[in-house]
Parts: sequence; structure tokens; C-alpha cells
Amino acid sequence: MILDGKVPSGPIEAKWNNHKDHINLVNPANRRKHTVIVVGTGLAGASAAASLGELGYNVLALTILDSPRRSHSIAAQGGINAAKNYKNDGDSVFRLFYDTIKGGDYRAREGNVYRLAQVSVDIIDQCVAQGVPFAREYGGLLDNRSFGGAQVSRTFYARGATGQQLLIGAYSALMRQVDAGSVKILPRREMLDLVMVGGRARGIVCRNLITGQYERYAADAVLLCTGGYGNAYYLSTNAGNCNVTAGWRCARRGAYFANPSFAQIHPTCIPESGTHQSKLTLMSESLRNDGRVWVPKQGGDKRSASDIPESDRDYYLERRYPAFGNLVPRDVASRAAKAVCDEGRGVGATGRSVYLDFADAIKRLGEDVVRERYGNLFDMYQHISDENPYREPMRIYPAVHYTMGGLWVDYNLMSNLEGLFVLGEANFSDHGANRLGASALMQGLADGYFVIPYTLGNYIGGTKLETVTTDHDAFKEAQDSVDKRVKGLLAANGSKSVKEHHRGLGRVLWDRVGMARNRDGLQQALKEVTALRGEYQQNVRVVGKGETINKQLEYALRVDDFMEFADIMVRDALDREESCGCHFREEYQTEDGECQRNDGDYAYVAAWEFKGRDKEPALLKEPLEFKSAELKQRNYK
Amino acid sequence: MSTMTVKVRVWRQPSPDQEGRLVDYAVDNVVADMSFVEMIDVLNEQLVAKGEDTVAFDSDCREGICGSCGCVVNGVPHGPGTGKTACQLFMRAFTDGDTLVVEPFRAKAFPVLKDLCVDRGAFDRIIAAGGYISANTGAAQDGNQMLIGKDIAEKAFDAAACIGCGACVAACKNASAVLFVSAKVAHLSYLPQGQPERTRRVVRMVEQMEKEGFGACSNEGECEAVCPKEISTLHIQILQRDYLRAVLRGA
Repeated sequence: MILDGKVPSGPIEAKWNNHKDHINLVNPANRRKHTVIVVGTGLAGASAAASLGELGYNVLALTILDSPRRSHSIAAQGGINAAKNYKNDGDSVFRLFYDTIKGGDYRAREGNVYRLAQVSVDIIDQCVAQGVPFAREYGGLLDNRSFGGAQVSRTFYARGATGQQLLIGAYSALMRQVDAGSVKILPRREMLDLVMVGGRARGIVCRNLITGQYERYAADAVLLCTGGYGNAYYLSTNAGNCNVTAGWRCARRGAYFANPSFAQIHPTCIPESGTHQSKLTLMSESLRNDGRVWVPKQGGDKRSASDIPESDRDYYLERRYPAFGNLVPRDVASRAAKAVCDEGRGVGATGRSVYLDFADAIKRLGEDVVRERYGNLFDMYQHISDENPYREPMRIYPAVHYTMGGLWVDYNLMSNLEGLFVLGEANFSDHGANRLGASALMQGLADGYFVIPYTLGNYIGGTKLETVTTDHDAFKEAQDSVDKRVKGLLAANGSKSVKEHHRGLGRVLWDRVGMARNRDGLQQALKEVTALRGEYQQNVRVVGKGETINKQLEYALRVDDFMEFADIMVRDALDREESCGCHFREEYQTEDGECQRNDGDYAYVAAWEFKGRDKEPALLKEPLEFKSAELKQRNYK
Repeated sequence: MSTMTVKVRVWRQPSPDQEGRLVDYAVDNVVADMSFVEMIDVLNEQLVAKGEDTVAFDSDCREGICGSCGCVVNGVPHGPGTGKTACQLFMRAFTDGDTLVVEPFRAKAFPVLKDLCVDRGAFDRIIAAGGYISANTGAAQDGNQMLIGKDIAEKAFDAAACIGCGACVAACKNASAVLFVSAKVAHLSYLPQGQPERTRRVVRMVEQMEKEGFGACSNEGECEAVCPKEISTLHIQILQRDYLRAVLRGA
């Protein structure tokens, strides 16, 4: 089956405005009669819930955390892109669009990406109005920096905590709507099933994480804003509670999951220090603006960094990519780090890290300027590693960071299930096979502030929605199935903890569906994942009770979903017999070891339909057309 | 890497209405590079192996920015050291054989839910009572139309850096939330965008703070000493000035 993304016709610059001019509206007086459930309160969820509340909808906003202010968007450091061209350096909506398409290695949908670039400028204005303290120049104008592979300065930032400040902005807008009575926050709730009535998404079943009670909520539409699934790999830069459960539960109800193997491995993370490691910490890639990446020329060079003279150092990014140097896109930088470590030239006790050196920057700019730019990042590094990056180079290594894959959505951000919308990292739409730096915050807020207020109205205004209450049989069926899973996990009483199982799954995915993939490894992974899934059911041990706060049970449910979900990650990587962006299939590379795309056969979005546990999923394709951004091999040399 | 064994005396309380008590555990194989919450993970794995209920604690980003984790270690919110959350407290701060007494953030306004998990919903309710700028989506002018000097933006950021963890409340003998409230009031008061609602905001936020059961400022500065973001008590002056001015104007 061929999927239709429903991108409006017409020239790319005019699609969104024309679309907005002709879609359905909901009368202001009627909006409060429509309940909308927003699952997740990160940038996408908080901005959507706040904006819909302002419009007058009756909004229920759920978060698994104790407050919406803690969602993982908060951890984004570097910045947010916008095509303002404040720096007069040649930026434009088209350029941001083009860079995003190219950066994504031509596996994203043109129409969505162009719209993203268009609304990017409004996001900055909105955030300034909310009081987000963006960095300013002395004259009072907004400051920008160049970031993550861009050749223009279009990144707005608030020290090294841009995500935090944007989230606080969205959170305050959200709390204003709580004050106004249009939004109700439901903290410590986890969505465990989607309720479909008459072929439409009409509600959810969630677990109250304090009491363990199940709660049913009915609505006219459900918005998933539940982030990415990087924690499938066990170790990632994601927060501990990030998971695939809400998305996967929707997939089990029929929503297609697109490009699940597209997981971005971020090049600048603090390396793993031992088996106790519970997460990896990202160092913003803005550090690559001034830091130089190197390893010793010779493998086995055990001298300390300061004892290695320039002549014995290999600044391998500058050497291999003279035009972009240390600023090559994330996937390119990550693979290059893996390559030098695989050659035995990695540094540190484990040999799995490379240097990120600020000695030249400190010499050129002075320590004060470096401190002003990166102070909090340096402090964080020193705190974690117990090493002083002002004196010796940082050590970094790639880690799973962001997932470009997600539930399939059309131009209106609606999944193939009517009434189920998916925003932010949880959908697949804008970043193709690789996301550029400072684009995640942009997409989350674009979807929430500037897209969904229109497209949700279009759906509600154009659909005859029967009244549905939580007494409906579909709610009972969903709740019973959730209860069965919970009881099953609590009763398993196996011998291995949830964490041990999760670690096992992560190892398989990292080794075989990580920075480099190949057919044999993926076929092996398919068998390993199936075996791990079977073992999990038989041999997991979940302590505690269901009727109270039980973090082990929450974790067990999430790992259960990762176990099922991993199957389509592997199948997706196996299906795509080309290399593109993060998806590096060793069989398909150029002579210089770069990605070799196959646009003739693989210029499509792969959307997977769940057909039952241990059954083969169906693959559906949405062909990608490139009319405005010419298909080209990426070249950062 | 050499390992150590630490003794952990941790608050166990099954539910809000049951009594809690301190329970002793020994945690082996602790290494210096482990964070405090990773050490609790190790303890919990030990408990799972024994079939016992694990220690419930809130934790999310594990990089010191989300404000989820919070407990008192050896009498100090977030444990020994400055400018960090419990997830950024590393076991290199302790030595083999040390005892760590671990308790939840205690305050009337933060009821214990289970073990180390407390309900900090009061903070959200204070923000809902005016801790925002009313700026509807889509109505904003160009961001550069409003000039904001670098120094002003920096000051606003310093206040806005608050992560809402609640350590300030736990450190204060009066369980006062004044540092938290002042950080938000100051953040918005510094900025031109925050001026139109300045008076209304401070009055409503302070009222809500009192309604939630937080105590009065003790003027002892313990809040600043434990704040992971080192939010300055100078912001409290802004809160007091704004509040006084609002009251004198009869707001």
C-alpha cells in the first residue's frame, strides 16, 4: 500500500498559507465543548496544550513526571534555529529548509520541512514575548551563533540551557491556561492504551502512578507529544523516564510507525565510565564551534594529551572534511570517532573516546570568553569526569541521542488513525535520516504553537463526532488489557531484574543497529531480539505492588514495549538497503567510506504496521518527492 | 577502579498515611565515578534480588537540570558540595565505610508520597497564580523590536535558571519557598515584557505561597547555600520590594 502524506498542492512557499486559508474552523463558542487530550508536556506538548487552551478548547494534559516543567526538552543545551537572517549572512526560509532536507539526507518530506522553516521565525518572537531570556548583544539585539554544521548563524540560545528556558516559557504559558481554567494538568499519569471508537481515537487509559489506579479519559482528539525512544538502547542521553510506550501502544492499535531505525548518535557525549552507568550526558555540540577534535596519530600512544606534540596528533575531522572541519553533521562526526577508536587510536582508560581540545580557543579568545560561552558545560564536564577541561582536553564519545523515527503522520500531523495527532520527536516527519543541531526545539515548538492549533481545528471542524463517554465498551476492553499486562508482569517472578533485561536489549541494538549496520548483523539481531523478548516474559522479576508508587513496575511496562518495538527497529534497518544519514549500512558506502544513498529504490518513508506479537509486521511506503531541494549526494569535504 | 562499601540509612514510608522509618542497608561495589542516584540504583538491584520493594525516588534527566531528584543526604538537601543536584553528587565525595542518611525533602507543603518521593505540586500552583507573562500564541511582535541589554538578559537568566527542585524549602527551618518565588518574580520583573503584570503577579504568587503552607523567610540564607543553580538571595529583595510597592499601591 502507498501512503499519502496529504501535502497540499501548489508552490512550496504557498502550501501552508493556502492550506490555512481553506481548512475548517471551529466556532470560538463551540471550542470549549471539545475535549483534547495532550499526552506529554515537553516543548511540543506544553506549547500545544497552552495554545489550544488559549483558543478555548477543554484540554487535559498528562505527564509521567511530577510536574510539566521537568519534561526532557529541558535538557537541550545548544539552541534553537530560526531563519531570521538577523546576521545578514545570507540565511532565508529556503536555506533553512534546504539545510534541513540535505542534513536529513533526503529522507524527510519536503512540504513539512518547508513549513517548519517558515514558522521558525514566529517561534523566536513568541518565546521573547513570554520572557525567555535569550542571549543578547550589548546593543540589546538578539544574539545568534552558528551551530552544528550550518554555514550561517541562525541559532538563538540562552547560555547552555536553551531547552530549559524554552520549556519554562511553554510551561508558564501552560500554567496560565491552568489559571484560566481551560487546561487541567494530570501529573504522574502514564498513558498505557489508546481507545478507538468507530475508527477514531477517542480516549486513553492511563495508570495513576501514585495510586496505581487506572483512569479513563474520553476526548475528541488525542495528541501524542511523548518524545523519542532512544532508551531502547539502554544507554542514551535521554532522561530515565523517556520511553516508547505511548507510541507503541498506539502502533498496537493500528498506527503506523515510520523509520524506526533512524536513531541519531550524537558525537559529543561524556564517555561511559563503567557498568553502573545509567545514562550518558551530552555535551552540547556548540562546543565543536571552538573545540578541536583529535586523537594520537599512532595507536597505543599512552602519553597524556599535553605530552603529545602537534606533529603526533591527528585532527581527523579537519583532515577529512576541510570545508566543514569540526562542524560536520552529527552522523558524520560520530562515525569518524568510531572509526578512529576501531583503529585502536581512541583515548582514555577504555580506548573508546576522542579528545575535544580547547587549548587553541583559550589561546585565541582567552579563558574568560571561553568561560562565558561554555562555562556551564565545562562545569558539568568537570563535575562528572573530575577532570578540568580548561587545563586538559575533554574526552568525548558518541551516544544515542535523538530518534528521527516516530509515528507516521500526514501534513496535518495526524496519524493514519483519525483523531490521533503526533507532535515533536514522537512523530517522524521533519528530520529524515539525521537531525541537524538546534532543530529539535524548533520542531517541537513549531508543531505545538503554530501547526496543531490550525490542523486540529480542521479535523474537529470537519468531522461529525458522536458523543463518547468512558462507559463505552472500548474503554473497558482497553483497561482490561492493561490490567492483564500489569498483573502478568507482577506475577512473573523470574530471576533477572528489569534493568538486566533492558541492558541486554540495549547491547544488541547498540552493536547491531547503532552507528554501523550490516545484513548479517541485523539478521542475527532479529533472532536475538526475539529470544530476549521471550526470556523477558518468562524470567523478569518485578517487585512491589500494583496499587502504589512502583517505579519497578513502570519500568517493566516500558521495557516490555521496548522489547516488542525493537523488532521493527531491526526490520527497518534490514529493509533499507542503502546508507543515509544515521543509517550506515556497511555494504553501501562510497570509496571514502561515506553514505551511499540509493534514491531509485529507497526514497521512501518506511511505515510499519503491527500485525500481532511474534508476527511479521507489514511495510507500507510513502514515496518522497524532491521538487524544491535537488537530490544530491551530501558532501562536507 | 577500587570499590567501596557504604552504609545507607534510608527513609522508608509505604504511603502518605503510613508511618515511615529509617532502614539500614549496606551497598557494595560502589565506585567513585558513580553518581549518588546510581548508587541508589545499585541498592535497588540488591533489593530486587532479595525480592523486596525498592526505594522509590524521583529521578529523570540525571544531568542536573530537570529538578526531579531531590532528597536530603546527611542533613543537606542534595548532599554535600555546592551547585549540584543529587544526580550530580558523585560517590567520590564519600569514602569506604561512610554512612549516608537519606531522607525526603521535608516540608508541610511537600507531603511524602512514598519513601523519598514527595508531592511538589504546590510549586506548580504558585506558578499558575501568575508566574507567567500573558502572551497568546501568534500575537508577538518581532523579537528584535524590543531591545533588552545584555546585562538585563543575563540577570533575568540568572533568576530563570531555577529548576524548581525544592531544595530551598527543604533547607529552610521555616520551610519557606521565598527563594523559589523570588526567582520567578525577579526573572519576569527584570524584563520589559514582564512589566504590565508586575504588580498583580507578585501579589497573587505570594498569596498562593502562603496558602500552600510554606513558612516565612528565615533570613538565614540556607536556601542559597543548597540551591543547585546557586540562585542568589538578592532576588528576595526584588520580591520584597515588588510586594511592598504593590501593597502600598493597594493592589
